[in-house]
Amino acid sequence: MKNMVEKEKLGRYGKFGGQYIPETLMNELEIIAAEYHKLKDDPAFQKELKDLLVNYANRPSLLYYAENMTKDLGGAKIYLKREDLNHTGAHKINNVIGQALVAKHLGKKRLIAETGAGQHGVATATIAALMGLECEVFMGKEDTERQKLNVYRMELLGAKVHAVTSGSMVLKDAVNATMQEWASRVDDTFYILGSAVGPYPFPEMVHDFQSVISKEAKVQLQAQEHTLPDMVVACVGGGSNAIGTFADFIDDPSVQLVGVEAAGKGVDTDETAATIERGSIGVFHGMKSMFLQDKNGQIDKVYSISAGLDYPGVGPEHAALADAGRAQYVGITDDESVQAFEYIAKTEGIIAAVESCHAIAYVEKIAPTMSKDQIIICTLSGRGDKDVASIAKYKGVSIDDE
Amino acid sequence: MMSNLKPVFNNHKAFIPFVVANDPDFDTTVQNVLALANNGADIVELGIPFSDPVADGPVIQDADLRAFAAGVTPDKIFDIVAEIRKQSDVPLIFLTYLNIVFKYGYDAFCKKCQALGVSGLVIPDMPYEERDELAPFADKYGIDLVPLVTPTSGHRIEKIAKAATGFIYVVSSLGITGTRDSFSQNLNELIADIRKYTDVPTAIGFGIHTPEQAYEMAEIADGAIIGSAIVDLVAKHGQDAPKYLGQYAKEIRTALDNQAQQAV
Repeated sequence: MKNMVEKEKLGRYGKFGGQYIPETLMNELEIIAAEYHKLKDDPAFQKELKDLLVNYANRPSLLYYAENMTKDLGGAKIYLKREDLNHTGAHKINNVIGQALVAKHLGKKRLIAETGAGQHGVATATIAALMGLECEVFMGKEDTERQKLNVYRMELLGAKVHAVTSGSMVLKDAVNATMQEWASRVDDTFYILGSAVGPYPFPEMVHDFQSVISKEAKVQLQAQEHTLPDMVVACVGGGSNAIGTFADFIDDPSVQLVGVEAAGKGVDTDETAATIERGSIGVFHGMKSMFLQDKNGQIDKVYSISAGLDYPGVGPEHAALADAGRAQYVGITDDESVQAFEYIAKTEGIIAAVESCHAIAYVEKIAPTMSKDQIIICTLSGRGDKDVASIAKYKGVSIDDE
Repeated sequence: MMSNLKPVFNNHKAFIPFVVANDPDFDTTVQNVLALANNGADIVELGIPFSDPVADGPVIQDADLRAFAAGVTPDKIFDIVAEIRKQSDVPLIFLTYLNIVFKYGYDAFCKKCQALGVSGLVIPDMPYEERDELAPFADKYGIDLVPLVTPTSGHRIEKIAKAATGFIYVVSSLGITGTRDSFSQNLNELIADIRKYTDVPTAIGFGIHTPEQAYEMAEIADGAIIGSAIVDLVAKHGQDAPKYLGQYAKEIRTALDNQAQQAV
C-alpha cells in the first residue's frame, strides 16, 4: 500500500518524482498539468492525437517476428517492435505529437526542446513545421559533432539549433539550457521534454504518450501468438521508449520487464551511463530519482557511445519500478552494442539505432537461455542511419565524406 | 524559534550581497565576506556550488567552476564559515541546490548550519510543494527556509508568503541570475500582494548591479540582493577582490540609506 503522505503529493512514484524546479516555472507546470488532465479525457483530443499518429507518424508500428535472430540464437521467440519505422525514424514522435497538441491547446507559439542523439530534436522540429510553430532545439556541442546529420536535418525543418557549450556539452547540459531558456520566456513557449524525466507532469505525459508502444504490441502479439510475452526489453537513457514498452505490461506480473542501460566502457568503470546499477538517489532536473553523482551530490560526467543514452539520471517511474523489483535494469557496453549493430544488420537486414542496439545485445545474451516456447518483445526505438558514420569511425573505417 | 534574519530589516533597508564560497579560494572568500560585512552588508549570502546550477547565469556558473577548481566541498565551506565566525557575527545564509543538502543529509546539514550560525537557506529548486521534506529539520535547528517569489507566481503567492520565515526573496525578472538593465514592471504589485499575507520582509534580487538600481528596488522592497555584480568583481580581481568588494558595498549602503531617509 502506498504511503499516504507520498500519495497526496503530485507526480510521485513511490519515493521518486516530484517537482523540484525553480518557482518561475511552477505556475506554468500547474497550467500544463491542468490542461493535460482536461485533454486526456476529452474524446476530441484523443481523436486528434490518433489521427496524427496514424496518418502522419505511420502508426501502428510493426510487431515483426525476427525469425533469423530467433533461429540463430536458438531460444525464445523474438519479436521486434519497430519504432524505427515511424515518421522521423524513432519512438520520439509519439510523445512530441502529444505534447505539441497540448501546447497548441494552450495557445503556445513556440516549441523548445533538448536533444541528445538528435531524434527528439528532429521530431520536435518536424511537428513544429507541421503545426506552423517556431522551434528551437538545444543540443550539447559534443552531440552536435557526433550527430551532424541530425543537426542539418533540424535546420532543414526550419528549427534553430543551439550548440550548448556549458558543462560536459552533452544531453544533461542540453536539458539545463532548455530549462533556462524556458524560465526566461515561458508565456508563449512550451518545453517539449523528450524523455520520461523532469518535473511532474512531464514523466506522466511521456508515459502516456509513449504507452502506445506497449498497447499496440500487446494486441499485435495476441493476434499472432494468442498470448502475452514472457519478457519485454528496451534501452533506457532517460527512459521514454522503455516506459512506453513497459506501460501496458506493468500490471501483468508474468511479463518480465527489462531496461537496458548504457554501460559505456563497463558498469564498473567511470566511463559509464548505467544510472540504476551505479547511481544513488538524488534530486536533479526537477525530479527525485537515481543519478550518477559523487558523495557530495555533484552530478557526474557520464559516457556512452550513444548520444541518446548518456544521461546521468533516469525517469522517476523507472527508479520506482527498479526499487519495487518490478523491472530489472542491466548494462550493455559500447563494444557489445556495436557488435549488436552489426549483428542485427546482417541477420535481419535492419540498421537499428545504436541506442536500440543496447537492447538487442541483451536479447542476444538472454534469448538462448530461454525456452523455445517463450517470447521476447524487444523495442527498436529508432533507426540507425544517423549512427553509420560514427560506427564506421569506431571500427576504424574511414568514410569519404567524414 | 526565530532566526536573526527578520530583525535585520527593522527601520533600515537591507543589503544582501552574494559570493560563491571558495571562489577563487578559501582565504579570499573569508576576506570577501568580512569586507562586505564591515562595509554595510546586513546579511551575506554564500553560494555552495552545484555541478548543474539551472537557475544561474554564466557569471555565477563561472564562479562555481573556479570554486570547484580550488577543491570546494560542503565541508570545506563549513570550515570557511567557521573562519568567518572567528571575526564576524554577520548574519549568513546559504544559497544552494537541493541535491547538495539532500546528499549531506537534511538533519546533519541543518544541524551544522545552526552550530555555525548560518541562519537560512535559499534553495532555488525547492518550490513550496517540495519544502515539507526539509522543513521539519530546518525548524528543529531554527533555520529559515527563504522562499522565492517570481513575477510568474500569481495565485501561488498566498501559500508561499504564509509559510515564509526570515525574508522572502523576490525575483526581479524571468530567467536566470545575471546583471540586467530593466526589471519586471509589476514588482510593486508583486510586493503589495505578498504584504497581504505576511509581514515577513522582502528583498529583491536577480539583475541588480548599480547603486541607482539598489535605491530603486529599496523603494519597493525591504532590501536588495546583489549577486552577479559582486561575483564579477571577484572574477576580475581574484585575491585582490576584498578591497573592491568593500568599496562597492559602501556605495550600495549609501544608496540604500538615502532611500531609507527619503522614506522617513
